[in-house]
Amino acid sequence: MDTHIIERLSEIIADGEMDAKYVNVESEHSAMSVCLGAQATGVRTFTASSSQGLALMYEMLYIVSGMRLPVVMVNANRALSAPLNIWNDWSDSFGARDSGWIQLYCESAQEALDTVIQAYKIAEDARVRLPVMVCIDGFFLSHVYEPVDIPDAQAVGKFLPKFAGPVIDFDKPVSQGMWAGPECYQDFKKEQNDAMIRAMEVIHEINKEFKEQFGRGYGNGFIETYNMENAKYALITMGSLAGTAKHVIRENKIHDVGLIRIKSFRPFPFAEIKKAIKDVHALGVLEKNLSPGLGGALCHEVRGMVKTKNVSSFIGGLGGRDVKIDDFMKIFDDIRHEKKELVWV
Amino acid sequence: MTNETKAKGCEGCALFFQGASNCSGCPETIAVRTILGVAGRNTVIVNATSCLEIFSSQYPNTSWGVNYIHGAFENTAAIAGGVSLALEKQGREANVIAIAGDGGTLDIGLQALSGMLERGEKVCYICLDNEAYMNTGVQRSSATPFGASTTTSPSGSVKPGNLTMKKSIVDIVAAHHIPYIATATVGHVDDLKAKVAKALKKENQPSFIHVLNPCPLGWRFDSWRTVEMARLAVDTGMWILFESEKGKMKITKEVVERKPVEEYLKAQGRFSHLFKPENNHIIKKIQEHMDSEWERTNKMCSE
Ligand SMILES: Cc1ncc(C[n+]2csc(CCOP(=O)(O)OP(=O)(O)O)c2C)c(N)n1
Ligand SMILES: [Mg+2]
Repeated sequence: MDTHIIERLSEIIADGEMDAKYVNVESEHSAMSVCLGAQATGVRTFTASSSQGLALMYEMLYIVSGMRLPVVMVNANRALSAPLNIWNDWSDSFGARDSGWIQLYCESAQEALDTVIQAYKIAEDARVRLPVMVCIDGFFLSHVYEPVDIPDAQAVGKFLPKFAGPVIDFDKPVSQGMWAGPECYQDFKKEQNDAMIRAMEVIHEINKEFKEQFGRGYGNGFIETYNMENAKYALITMGSLAGTAKHVIRENKIHDVGLIRIKSFRPFPFAEIKKAIKDVHALGVLEKNLSPGLGGALCHEVRGMVKTKNVSSFIGGLGGRDVKIDDFMKIFDDIRHEKKELVWV
Repeated sequence: MTNETKAKGCEGCALFFQGASNCSGCPETIAVRTILGVAGRNTVIVNATSCLEIFSSQYPNTSWGVNYIHGAFENTAAIAGGVSLALEKQGREANVIAIAGDGGTLDIGLQALSGMLERGEKVCYICLDNEAYMNTGVQRSSATPFGASTTTSPSGSVKPGNLTMKKSIVDIVAAHHIPYIATATVGHVDDLKAKVAKALKKENQPSFIHVLNPCPLGWRFDSWRTVEMARLAVDTGMWILFESEKGKMKITKEVVERKPVEEYLKAQGRFSHLFKPENNHIIKKIQEHMDSEWERTNKMCSE
């Protein structure tokens, strides 16, 4: 999961290819705490986690975003215990949905790499100053071997210049992480929300800029559409499921169903999704997440904004269960038939 | 806030302003001003959620004339480690001082503390020990002494207060073989100063100072007796002032004739129930425990 990322980073640093401090912490809670402390002095920080590790970090996620520290992390999405299970689903990062982190979900290894580079630029933008969680499907992305174009350091340096955020100053001391009473706590939260909303334009700009420089872009930065030109129906999903969905649509020459892949789950791209589904009759949401007692949390969010069309809900892939080609064919049928009940794939 | 506020006679006063909202008789201002007086301006304080944090950093006011970071309750050591490494990376020299309460150190913060010590980060960690979770209303911690009544270890008709001996954090810290460990109190300010100076030397870090902070509210004594209470702790052997520098341990304040622990216990409301006849054995037990601790510490210091 995250361990591959961290192991490889330790090699790169051990070989002197990267000039960074590498900290072998005793827990994920401390990992995020070390990031907090380091970031608060004015440097770039990174960590990676997954599943129980992210759950243990949960408290610190809120504190880092509330302190407006632009930490970047990768979360290799995996299921939460119990039962213990090490495989992929989105329960971990969905649990941190409201923690004030920008959450970007990737479809491929290439996108994961590109998104980490973009993440720093998004997080550190003066309009944003929020931490970013780059979410990649555990195993499906974290353990695949696929060719990836690694841009050279100079080009990345041009795209992402040295950290220019506030740096600790001993002549002008500041207090960070103060407490706030009822008279102003809510104002801090409103500012965080405003920053999230401003992040929309920043994500869009940076995706464009990245595309101009490196030739690769991911939709408009927050959603990507596929086969939507003449689609009567749409499937909304995220992460690596989109890769399979595209494959099924392409191989079976499906014309009536298109795909909307949400990349930016937070901030949530309401307007963009609305625009994308404007001409469809009905849609469905496929997700690897469950909010017991509610159903799929992503579907719930989509239903909240789509009042006039049927939104079928599909939950699958929990704890690493494969969502197969046949499953997609069935999902497309259910969408066409405007299925009302929750479907377990 | 600016650094304009200056009070006479205390170097740390310019760095920790007047106007904090702590209780009268609170020992923490003494501790913090003493620490800052030694550390000076080039300092980053990393503070756990605790009394100190609450009374010194309510937005938009701050008591701090140095850089100050509060993160959470249990991870002060980890945050301070991050600060220290990042400053090192930037090639900047500064004191990084972690300050946490007994709860934030001996209980919930123990893991992060152990991690930071084991990694050998350049941090001076100071535990301000008032022997309970004071800011949340005097709940027992593992630093609460045997017999003390708190809101979660009350003295009742069958239970005489807290039934466990105070955890020995310095022994746990010592097991990490760090270069500098000391105990201190707010009643022995020169001793504290000297220890902070040693603990701030980079070659002595990570360093650890365990400061006894008598709390008038939680311990139930009159607020003008804070310093006296700290001294009484040392004079009765309830607290032993020592330091361990690169493995060499020594007592820093010899107590020639130890007073009986009763004198310390009877001065504080949290122990008042111990003076009922049926609880006599508890006072005896405390005395025995302190005697053996005294012997153990002195033996270690003579080795
Ligand atoms: C994980 C977590 N649990 C509980 C709390 C609530 N809390 C804040 S400070 C505190 C007690 C602090 O005790 P101590 O460390 O001894 O510091 P003191 O208040 O005595 O200065 C508690 C329980 C918290 N902030 N975080
Ligand atoms: Mg305490």
